[in-house]
Amino acid sequence: MSAPARPRTWFADGWPRVRALLVKEWRQLFRDPKTKRVIFVSPVIQLLLFGYAVNTDVHDVATIVVDLDRTQPSRALQDALVAGGYFRIVEHAVDSRAITRALDHGTATVALEIPRGFAADLAAGRGAHVQLLVDGTNSNTGTVAQGYATRIVQRFGLQHAPGARPSGGVDLRARAWYNPALVSRVYNVPAVIGALLLLMSLLLTALAIVRERELGTLEQLMVSPLTPGELILGKTLPVALVAFIDLAIVCAVAILWFDVPFRGSIAVLLLASLLYILAALGLGLLISTVSRTQQEAFMGMFLLILPALILSGFLYPIQTMPAFFRALTFLNPVRWFLEIVRALFLKGAGFTDVWIQLLIIGVMAAAVLWLATWRFQRALRSL
Amino acid sequence: MLSARRVRAIARKEWIQLRRDRRSMLLAFGLPVLMLLFFGYAISWDVRDLRLALLDEDGGRRSRELVEAFEASGYFRVTEQLTAPSDVDPLLDHGRINAALLIPPGFTRDLAAGRPAPVQLLLDGADANTATIALNYAEAIVAGYSRRVLLRGAIMEPPVALDARVWYNPTLESRNMIVPGLIAVIMSIIAAMLTALTIAREWERGTMEQLASTPVHRLEVVFGKLIPYILIGIADVTMAVAAGILVFDVPLRGNLLLLAALTVLFLIGALGLGMFISAALRSQVLATQVAMVVTYLPALLLSGFLFDIDSMPAALRAVTYVIPARYYIDVTRGVFLKGVGLEALWVQALSMLLFAVGGLGLAAANFRKRIA
Repeated sequence: MSAPARPRTWFADGWPRVRALLVKEWRQLFRDPKTKRVIFVSPVIQLLLFGYAVNTDVHDVATIVVDLDRTQPSRALQDALVAGGYFRIVEHAVDSRAITRALDHGTATVALEIPRGFAADLAAGRGAHVQLLVDGTNSNTGTVAQGYATRIVQRFGLQHAPGARPSGGVDLRARAWYNPALVSRVYNVPAVIGALLLLMSLLLTALAIVRERELGTLEQLMVSPLTPGELILGKTLPVALVAFIDLAIVCAVAILWFDVPFRGSIAVLLLASLLYILAALGLGLLISTVSRTQQEAFMGMFLLILPALILSGFLYPIQTMPAFFRALTFLNPVRWFLEIVRALFLKGAGFTDVWIQLLIIGVMAAAVLWLATWRFQRALRSL
Repeated sequence: MLSARRVRAIARKEWIQLRRDRRSMLLAFGLPVLMLLFFGYAISWDVRDLRLALLDEDGGRRSRELVEAFEASGYFRVTEQLTAPSDVDPLLDHGRINAALLIPPGFTRDLAAGRPAPVQLLLDGADANTATIALNYAEAIVAGYSRRVLLRGAIMEPPVALDARVWYNPTLESRNMIVPGLIAVIMSIIAAMLTALTIAREWERGTMEQLASTPVHRLEVVFGKLIPYILIGIADVTMAVAAGILVFDVPLRGNLLLLAALTVLFLIGALGLGMFISAALRSQVLATQVAMVVTYLPALLLSGFLFDIDSMPAALRAVTYVIPARYYIDVTRGVFLKGVGLEALWVQALSMLLFAVGGLGLAAANFRKRIA
């Protein structure tokens, strides 16, 4: 945020005032041990929570097997199923009715039933059949598990088919870029940075201002020679500093603890974070102008953050949203910031790759700050 | 002894107070609608229409057939035609495609000669979930096409045929997973947030002393305060269930009465938890924030709402057992999608009963300590 328009003399008169306010804000921020915890401990906890819980990788799917054939090939098929680590057999049953119970009770997600005569059919080349039942309640796990099982059974069939195998055929060689092992964590953890910076900047800015209003000390600040611009500067600068400290903490945990690669430019990350934090500070100011109590500020924040995160591509893919919601994501600074962060971490992007996103966030930050300053001044005047 | 009259009096007082508090009413009825709208409509994990770039250096009949097989599946849509392999990099870098299919020259010839004909699929692995699903689809499409080519003419079955069937949600629509789970998430938040205010407010406004000087018993206060919130909670659940059935077309296969009974059980626990937080912290601001943190994040992340509990590390999996929303989600999904009854849900019911007794007990215990 630029200094208020008071050429030349401002550094002589205004800066000492702002500095005094900064010192006061900084002390107030850190006097309370609770605040310290919110600022430094909660980001790490949230990062750990998101890093471990937000996981769309499917493995260790609880599987129940009903093997009515009980031959060497039928056991080989079970071995093939668990070999990749995607499936974990939790129960061997001898009765198909056990499948219904296991799936109904949720003790198993997948059931494999190998009928009698499986080995005989396989040896005779008659086309053996096995049945797979998938609990579709979690559609993602269901889709992925079904895909894995299909692949495993197909491969098993080709390996164990008797006699001359048809030669040739299409050979698919797939390779995943940026994330060859297809671990969802390296996609989700960098995105937590976007969510946390937004949360911190909003919370601290809005609450810092509304608290003064609640306590009645905002009037005292107003009768001091501080101009509204200086007041905003003094209130937001400490928050921006805290946000940068959080950025460093979260990046360190992401890289050192979660082994997320960082391939891009640190300078671009800092620039993007600066613009993004400015936008978030502006939103925090806006919330503070419409709430009279901390309670209201908190509610306002929640109502803002809920759609902002849902429409950002943070946990939920944008590509599959209906057109209307996809259009809304274009207005969301979080969306653009996440694109930058993910490109920096995973794709090794530089300035030329993400300048459009940077420009968009910059414009949004300028617009929000302008609106917030204007509303803030009006709110102060009517105080 | 507990007096029904005094409980009713407290309930009436709380109800009047609640009705006049516009913010609480907005929270109680606005938030569920907002969440249903955003979660129900915006979120979908159904991967369709993946953007595929195509480099067909073969240009023969077989390569065209393979591309048709990709497009006919409905999972892939060719959005870019490339002329050189180097075109792939910028497209993947900027996220303009999900995958690229490279068919080398000689593909048709190799197939005709019975030699293995390689094709290459490059995936944007950054979004691992989409990439995994895309890879599964691509493998299935290629295997299917390959078999058709090889076995053309001859009627031959694959060595092992997998007959896969999906229960409870045959089309694997993510909406059917999200909407029932969402009911549990909404109820967790609303219940704790609403009651987080109730006792702290009495402290902040100084009416706690007045309440303490009346002959009302602490359990009567807790029960009396509980009643209006249970009514609001039931109204919210009714709204969410109706929206799930009528707006989002989620099938309801089980018994609504069972769902209602278990919902009340869950509500009592969640409301008790909120009241406990409120009584322990005595500040509305703090209580709201704590209530948000201890209900929203766990209900969203650790309940199995979107992210499978089976895939979590063991330590985190252990934590999920103390998240009440986990059990309630089993109930909503069990009743909606699986159509199961108490015989499959009794463990969940018992856990929620424990949680309800614990929540109320904590609220009452904390309430007394402060008053004395």
